[in-house]
Amino acid sequence: MKVVDPICGMKIDSEEAIGHLEHKGETYYFCSDSCLERFQENPEQYVRSDVTAKKEVKMEKKKLGSKTKEGVTSLTGFSDQANYLKLEIPIVGMSCASCAVTIEKSLKDVEGVQTASVNYANQRAHVTYNLNEISSPDLLKAIESAGYQTGGAVLRIGIKGISCASCVDKIEKALKKIPGVLKATVNPGTEEARIEYLPEMVQLNAIKKTIEDLGYQTVHIGDEIPEDREKSQHEAEYKSLWHKFLFAAILSVPILIGSFPEWIPSWAAVPQQTRWIILFALTLPVLILSGSQFYVGAWRAFRHHSADMNTLIGVGTGAAFLYSFAATFLPGLFPENLRNVFYDTTAIIIALILIGKVLEAKAKGRTSDAIKRLIGLQAKTARVVRDGKELDIPVEEVLVGDTVVVRPGEKIPVDGIVEEGSSTVDESMVTGEPTPAKKSRGDEVIGATINKIGSFKFKAAKVGKDTMLSQIVKMVQEAQSTKAPIQRLADVISGYFVPIVIVAAILTFIVWYDFGPAPQLTFALITFVTVLIIACPCALGLATPTSIMVGTGKGAENGILIKGGEALETAHKLTAIVLDKTGTITLGKPDVTDVISLNGMAKNELLALSAALEKSSEHPLGEAIVESAEEKGLTLAKASDFSAIPGLGVKGTIDGQSVLLGNLKLMQTSQIDLKDVLDQSQAFAEQGKTPIFVAINQKLSGILAVADPVKEDSKEAIRKLKDIGLEVIMITGDNSKTAEAIAKQVNIDRVFAEVLPNEKAKYVKQLQQEGHIVGMVGDGLNDAPALAQADVGIAIGTGTDVAMEASEITLIKGKLTSVATAIQLSKATMRNIKQNLFGSFFYNSLGIPVAAGVLYPFFGILLSPIIASAAMAASSVTVVSNALRLRRFKAAA
Amino acid sequence: MRLDQIIVTISGLFLAAGVIWYFFLYKRQTVRAKDTEGIQEVKISVKGGYDPDLIVVKKDKTVRLNFYREETSSCTEVVVFPDFRVRKELPAFQNTIIEIMPDKIGEYDFHCDMNMIHGKLIVEE
Repeated sequence: MKVVDPICGMKIDSEEAIGHLEHKGETYYFCSDSCLERFQENPEQYVRSDVTAKKEVKMEKKKLGSKTKEGVTSLTGFSDQANYLKLEIPIVGMSCASCAVTIEKSLKDVEGVQTASVNYANQRAHVTYNLNEISSPDLLKAIESAGYQTGGAVLRIGIKGISCASCVDKIEKALKKIPGVLKATVNPGTEEARIEYLPEMVQLNAIKKTIEDLGYQTVHIGDEIPEDREKSQHEAEYKSLWHKFLFAAILSVPILIGSFPEWIPSWAAVPQQTRWIILFALTLPVLILSGSQFYVGAWRAFRHHSADMNTLIGVGTGAAFLYSFAATFLPGLFPENLRNVFYDTTAIIIALILIGKVLEAKAKGRTSDAIKRLIGLQAKTARVVRDGKELDIPVEEVLVGDTVVVRPGEKIPVDGIVEEGSSTVDESMVTGEPTPAKKSRGDEVIGATINKIGSFKFKAAKVGKDTMLSQIVKMVQEAQSTKAPIQRLADVISGYFVPIVIVAAILTFIVWYDFGPAPQLTFALITFVTVLIIACPCALGLATPTSIMVGTGKGAENGILIKGGEALETAHKLTAIVLDKTGTITLGKPDVTDVISLNGMAKNELLALSAALEKSSEHPLGEAIVESAEEKGLTLAKASDFSAIPGLGVKGTIDGQSVLLGNLKLMQTSQIDLKDVLDQSQAFAEQGKTPIFVAINQKLSGILAVADPVKEDSKEAIRKLKDIGLEVIMITGDNSKTAEAIAKQVNIDRVFAEVLPNEKAKYVKQLQQEGHIVGMVGDGLNDAPALAQADVGIAIGTGTDVAMEASEITLIKGKLTSVATAIQLSKATMRNIKQNLFGSFFYNSLGIPVAAGVLYPFFGILLSPIIASAAMAASSVTVVSNALRLRRFKAAA
Repeated sequence: MRLDQIIVTISGLFLAAGVIWYFFLYKRQTVRAKDTEGIQEVKISVKGGYDPDLIVVKKDKTVRLNFYREETSSCTEVVVFPDFRVRKELPAFQNTIIEIMPDKIGEYDFHCDMNMIHGKLIVEE
């Protein structure tokens, strides 16, 4: 017999039930012990007296489409009508325990809410409410009215077939009725619904089904879809341009031949007007089928009081065609010597411009390859563990905290931290770092990177738009929207360009008509058309954006994120570069190398005492001491009254003794006698080790030497920076001896040592006052003010934490060699932009006067409009192709 | 100078002046964004230009610009809001939504990728 578990609603066979209970004369079956126990605690709460109500539960379950999870969703009922649901809602913005009380009160005030409790620790509200009376959006409203936000997942889903405003209302209402849906808004304009929901309660299918049951079609909207859409559209556009070109080109051949009757005597024998009518009949289809886009575009722009390339081509070819048309059909209008046709010009210009556009479209499509590739990296599905089972789900449904399983050769779906297992991961696609990284428990993994041989489980830490890949994509897209300051002039010009060219063409016409040789009208018309056709605004407009698109994209491929045109332009002008020592030149993972104890204290005792105090500190040197003590298996006492003295050290009380630990400055300011150890500390410093003094009860007890090893590639990277012509400067909080020792190892001549963290910006400023354009390289956290002060701040990111706010350039992997690569890339990009700008300025400033005929009085040179159109087509293709050359950029060795 | 030359010269100059007036000096109409549920929304049709192309919005309130590109001409395929660091491709015959948070009063241009076709966002108190 099939029965329903009254607790979880699961349909089970009575034979297979874990247990059963009699209550008020009826038998209830249970799927698990926990359901049985819960029933026993309060049977009345779960009993439903009538059978239809049970059916309702079943139907409700069906509608939900979700598996019931013990403790999360349990459809329950304890009266004939009431249909209760327990919901767990994540809350955002709770900062104190009293907030929980406020939210609880606000929830309880809602009619239909049975119980409400808010857990401050896990930031969740647990609410039981009557499904018949209210729906989850009402709870949401209550939480929002208390001043808090809910942390549901957001889903966008495309809906086809929305025809009226009432459809919107109908769909929204149905969606809001799904338990676990917090917010639902349908936008009929974009034909999509935006749904905020609790992913542990609602599954995508349930939402889709609800919409489909209403008679609409659903469409998946993911990041990859618009890309695909764009791609197919570009391809369609490309094909259509190609077909238009072919048509124009094929017809241009007979039109061209027919325009020169002297080539074929039998053709010359045909009366002139008949020939012209035939040429007209051949040209008209070219105009309509191949050229119409220029005329339509020109007209549309005209209606908006704007003018673009279409205007120039439309007016130019239109003028030539109309003149020919008049000469053909109304020859009486013109004197004998002005009867002339330009059908060949019209058709060939259209064909040439079209082939230019075809090539340009092809090339332009490739400028955004890098970003498309990045977006394409995103994994589609993830294998997560839920309720002890491994499920393959769409990557959009992965939640922070989910355990994700990664098998050999698979793509890692989101960012997270390895929980068990180990492997090597190829991260080159995101970080540009070619050597695969080893990963084991506790290591960060980046979404979209590829697992090599091992398999592991990790906890999802960042999903959706927070993942590193999404951040990178966003940053690159933003960068591509910016312009380099160098383009300002080009921008101003291109804004006025087309109307000015039209004016120039009109003036050319007047001058030729008034002062030109006979036949004046013909010359005036030819020069008018040539000026319009040669002036290609495309080259000017494309010059910088295409280079920046390719340059920033190339950077992203190498793990270099450049904020935009301005950063590129300043970076190529740098004269000095300041490198933060710790974490930039050195590994940033210091290690205790020597322990010297005084006053008969055991070495390990001193280390344990220091570690006990440093345990509360977050300083990297402190962490090294704690790690070293833990490696030795020392037990650490508890420190009290701990306080950190920025840039100096720490102090606190351990076992009643006041302990002071820090650098020379700290000891001096605390008036501690150091004369016995000064030589030893000097020696440490000269070896590049940082001496840390320990004083107990105002008396020196020993020194610890901590060294932070220099990164393998630091020396090489600094050589490269010097090769580029930069002055390299090291900045550090360490004492000058240690700093100088490190500087010597890596060949740095200028050092700012003993600099307090908040003073770094001051030193950057000092360099700027010396006339330097300064780049600052730091880890982006405590260096933020200095990074911001520098002309170009370069942040070295580590792991998934990409610090981008204060810096103009972010290096995803902590590699110093990338700094040189970034500067080289900015130089290459700027050179490319300059070439493009120079080319297009040169082209236009030379092309237009020549087209207007300034060379004619002196050399008798007059440009044919056909040559002009070929030049115009070539100019924009040249600019884009030149930008594409940047794709071959390789950092110099 | 012959009569026809005088006629051509004068009408040519008038035409040139007309071009300058029509493209540069013509005053465009402004449209105020509609405020629904705390979001200022404007529909912009893209067809050889932006319609409307002068949009007035209030400060500190999300602006949702709903672009609908009614053509395949490549001139309008990308819209750029340089001050807001937005560059977005507008697929033909589709809606593309761009959301912007104007937090400073002022006038902000937007334009096509080549800066030929213009629009302006005017942010008021």
